[in-house]
Amino acid sequence: MEENKLTAWERMELIRHKGRPTVRDYIPMIFDEFYELHGDRLFGDDAAIIGGIARVHGISVTVLGQVKGHNLEENKKTNFSCPHPEGYRKALRLAHQAEKFHRPVICFIDTPGAFCGVAAEERGQGEAIARNLLEFSQLKTPVISIVLGEGGSGGALALGVCDTLGMLENSLYSVISPRGFASILWKDASREKEAAEIMHMRAEDLVEYGVCDGIIPEAPGGAHMNPQLTAGNIADFILDALKNLTQKSVANLLEARYNKFRKIGVFEEGGQIPPGSVLDDTLPGMDDLPEDGVSVSTEETDLNQVL
Amino acid sequence: MEDGGKDKEESAGKDSRAKIPKNLLFKCPRCGNVVFMEEFNAGLKVCPNCSYHSRISCQERLELTADRGSFVEYDADLTSLNPLEFPGYEEKVAAAQAKTGLKEAVITGECTIRTRRCVIIIMDSRFMMASMGSVVGEKVTRAFERATEKGLPVVAFTASGGARMQEGIISLMQMAKTSAAVARHSEAGLLYITVLTDPTTGGVTASFASLGDIIIAEPKVLIGFAGRRVIEGTIHQRLPDDFQSAEFLLEHGFVDMIVSRVNMRKTVSKLLKAHLPGQKLDL
Ligand SMILES: [Zn+2]
Repeated sequence: MEENKLTAWERMELIRHKGRPTVRDYIPMIFDEFYELHGDRLFGDDAAIIGGIARVHGISVTVLGQVKGHNLEENKKTNFSCPHPEGYRKALRLAHQAEKFHRPVICFIDTPGAFCGVAAEERGQGEAIARNLLEFSQLKTPVISIVLGEGGSGGALALGVCDTLGMLENSLYSVISPRGFASILWKDASREKEAAEIMHMRAEDLVEYGVCDGIIPEAPGGAHMNPQLTAGNIADFILDALKNLTQKSVANLLEARYNKFRKIGVFEEGGQIPPGSVLDDTLPGMDDLPEDGVSVSTEETDLNQVL
Repeated sequence: MEDGGKDKEESAGKDSRAKIPKNLLFKCPRCGNVVFMEEFNAGLKVCPNCSYHSRISCQERLELTADRGSFVEYDADLTSLNPLEFPGYEEKVAAAQAKTGLKEAVITGECTIRTRRCVIIIMDSRFMMASMGSVVGEKVTRAFERATEKGLPVVAFTASGGARMQEGIISLMQMAKTSAAVARHSEAGLLYITVLTDPTTGGVTASFASLGDIIIAEPKVLIGFAGRRVIEGTIHQRLPDDFQSAEFLLEHGFVDMIVSRVNMRKTVSKLLKAHLPGQKLDL
């Protein structure tokens, strides 16, 4: 594969291109048959996540994917590919179904993040994502995840606990969007271009961190220039991964999946334990501790104003 | 001491502001009520007006929870590095270390609570809002792994602003890592009690904090996935005050019980007792 010279921000522009193929475009190109299944059996059906049974080279698989649209109307239906809890719960239901019938699970990640809204909070967005992380870590069938475009935050990771992670060569994957990153760390969302470069969110970066297992080439100029060719490359990646994963026993598969995530982390071990750590037996009393919440000094503020 | 410090402060200029004793009054961030700090501290840092349970340090939490002298810390020597080489990250960590006397935003270890042995995890929001980077993720994971090996229950007091942005994708992966460790502990048939404290949000809510067999919350604390301002920005209206409160989560079915700080130690120890081998029916 030729070296991809695009910067992270140039890739961001590419993956936000209206013509970039979505999971709905790829499914008929990659799979021979597809039967879409709906609903989480608890609340409703979230159009931001598509799920169903598919066939690839004579093998039955379960397909899950976050659905971007090509235009405003499509994006309104799928909330710009930002799932609600019921989307994640539909994905989990279908993953358990796949486990029951010994079907591998293929996840397509393509979301700026989980939906942030009142209803999502009321229905437990955090719990829904957490549950998927826990359950997918123990799912007794192979799981392959592929980042198609944007992979943003826990909303992406909820379909990303897998045995093999592939990334399209221009896709990006990180803890938050560059805009959110700039807004939180620099209090200036307009510095998103700068953030994209510093966040190390390209496929090459993620290979280096041990998060990504393979980079899938796109058509020259980007996936939208030749969706069919790109789809063929995705299919090759899936078949390769399946060949490898289906040879493993379930115990080995789960052990390897645990270790894939277990080893990710950058820290230092050893050295001095600082004075004042909890190992000291002189624990501070309640009065000696720093203030919290909003406390007011009498030296600076008129008591009457406060009270 | 206050008078002695005053001269120095005046000559030291702006930087001395932090040294002015600020701990005379407490203003409740939930209801705005103001009380004398002495009274507030005597009441375990709970607002006497609305019963908001304010943030406390992990040392204070440990004192309120564990039997005196029973705590043995795990992995006290883990410290963050700067995987993205993000400018200013090391300085930020160093400042948090100096402020808190901690190496990172969580302490883990083994203790007894009213004689019942458990692995305990306590997050401290004073340390970079207890965001989860590599060290928090690793310490929490190791705590669950040791508990699984030793057949011990886990009690986790959570507080966090979410993933540690400065560590990028690596901080995101800590969510998967900790959740997988919870899964193995659960598979072994062991008890995990989560106590959600102020604030538990973002990537910690979307991983191990939401995965307890029993989920307890302190009254009035903030619990949620998305930030309030982010949601207000999306819907273009002000959210009600109780949105994402412990009571809101109880109402929507994501919390088992709300327990006041004064009763927490007793409640947790009774739940631990209810899960002791002798207390189970042999079916
Ligand atoms: Zn109050």
